[in-house]
Amino acid sequence: MTVSQVENPDAIVVLDHTLLAYQEVISGLNSGGWLVVNSWQLPQELNIKGDFNTATADATKICRELELMVGGLPMVNTAMLGALARATQIVDIPSIEKVIRKRFTNNAIDINIAAIEKTYEITKLDRTR
Amino acid sequence: MHAGMPGKSYNHGVTKRSCQKTREVGDHLKKNTNKANVRLLDGNQAAAEGAKLSRVQVIAAYPITPQTPVTEALSEFVETGKLKAEYVAVESEHSAMAVCTSASIVGARTFTATSAHGLAYMHEMLHWAAGARLPVVLACVNRAIGAPWNVLNDQQDSISQRDTGWIQIYARNNQEILDSIIQAYKIAETVYVPVMVCYDGYVLSHTEMPVDIPSQEDVDRFLPTYKPHTVLDPANPKNYNLVTLADPRVNAEGILCHGYMELRYLLQEALQNSAETITKVGGEFGELFGRNYANMFWKDNTDDADIVIVAMGSLAMEAKVAMDMLREDGLKVGVLGLRVFRPFPKDALAKALEKARLIVVFDKNISYGSEGATSSEIKSALYGSKVNAAIRNFIVGLGGRDVKARELADAVRQSLTSLKTGGLNIAHPDWICYI
Repeated sequence: MTVSQVENPDAIVVLDHTLLAYQEVISGLNSGGWLVVNSWQLPQELNIKGDFNTATADATKICRELELMVGGLPMVNTAMLGALARATQIVDIPSIEKVIRKRFTNNAIDINIAAIEKTYEITKLDRTR
Repeated sequence: MHAGMPGKSYNHGVTKRSCQKTREVGDHLKKNTNKANVRLLDGNQAAAEGAKLSRVQVIAAYPITPQTPVTEALSEFVETGKLKAEYVAVESEHSAMAVCTSASIVGARTFTATSAHGLAYMHEMLHWAAGARLPVVLACVNRAIGAPWNVLNDQQDSISQRDTGWIQIYARNNQEILDSIIQAYKIAETVYVPVMVCYDGYVLSHTEMPVDIPSQEDVDRFLPTYKPHTVLDPANPKNYNLVTLADPRVNAEGILCHGYMELRYLLQEALQNSAETITKVGGEFGELFGRNYANMFWKDNTDDADIVIVAMGSLAMEAKVAMDMLREDGLKVGVLGLRVFRPFPKDALAKALEKARLIVVFDKNISYGSEGATSSEIKSALYGSKVNAAIRNFIVGLGGRDVKARELADAVRQSLTSLKTGGLNIAHPDWICYI
């Protein structure tokens, strides 16, 4: 069992698309893997070429609409689980929902599940591999 | 402490019953036939579960990254009644250990957890717990020490407490954290030496792994209620912790008592002899739960190995991956993962390393001006033994620097090349870093 950090991931989730300006963000992504970006743009519009597939979803917009905000900032991390699930199919929405119900409390549950489901629906895929 | 809680009893009925059960011949050694209860736990949850299953009675802890989730879990157990214990929210780690020692003196089974600066702040009271021969158990979530500030993992914190008289156990994975805490109470309450169970911050503390959680019934069979040989009690007044001068003196009752130096000798003797208890308790645990801890270190592929990698904690897991890489190259490499650092298993280690020609020791700590702590210990253990191996020390992973298996493998290859060309540096440690 390795306990060191992952150097060659099968998927990279980028919560802030301005980070794509830095090459190291996508370095090491496995051939045929998924780059999943929180962005208002279509995958093709990101203009990133590589040996991998790309997905985008405007999670920021979803969080603003649902008012999933803390301290005035949209909490996109849970929402982007919807985009990751849609792109990679490694986990389905009911499984994510189960975990959210277990880990979150009170009114945080429904709003997070709504954000995940909504983001899942609007995710755009660009399958190049 | 006892005076403030008159009539408070730390024995609850369930443990009393289970204790009687263990008196039946051989019953406590009967293998657990219950189904495995495997759950995904991070290291901190595993530590909290271990403390809960050990039925700790007093917990005093102060939150510090990356230990905080342990305190959260335990206070929730107490608050929701899942654990019948007194949770004392203290204002500092120094006080946390003061509460643990005080509660231990009046006969309670006590637990605390901390990291880095918290452990350093506890330093004085660590000496106090060991010096007073109290079976306190502490979980140390290993984290780097400042300056500069850093919250990530290395083992400098617990290694800096090496000489406080505590037994130190290092876990390789989350299962070992849970198992070691349960064993720690049995060891501590047998030899009257406090035990520190150490595990790597984040690498284990915040990483989920499958952990088999034993049933309360089985743990009760393994670990009976704590029955201290001496309890401080207002009903039976005694002097405790008097100023003890160098030479033996007659006390108020006319009994000749040890001087300070004799008490220190007895602590050293207890630590030396604790190896026997540690391996015995580890063996009993194995018979009951199927996971054997009858050795103070783990050996992987060392039987035919002429190159042996030595590492402690989760680093030993990564070293096994490096071993596989090197074996693919046809090198006869084994891994020795140190589990118990105090007492240090000198003789057993010298025997286990008998066939080694090259020993590569990786340390996530440094004794400035010398070398890594485990490297010094290995060299000391091999002095006067039959082992005639070159020993190479690397300092790795300080302040959370990621340690890759391929880097460990490269370090072994480089050491082997140096050994063959006669240029192996054994005077100073080498560092896997950018300087």
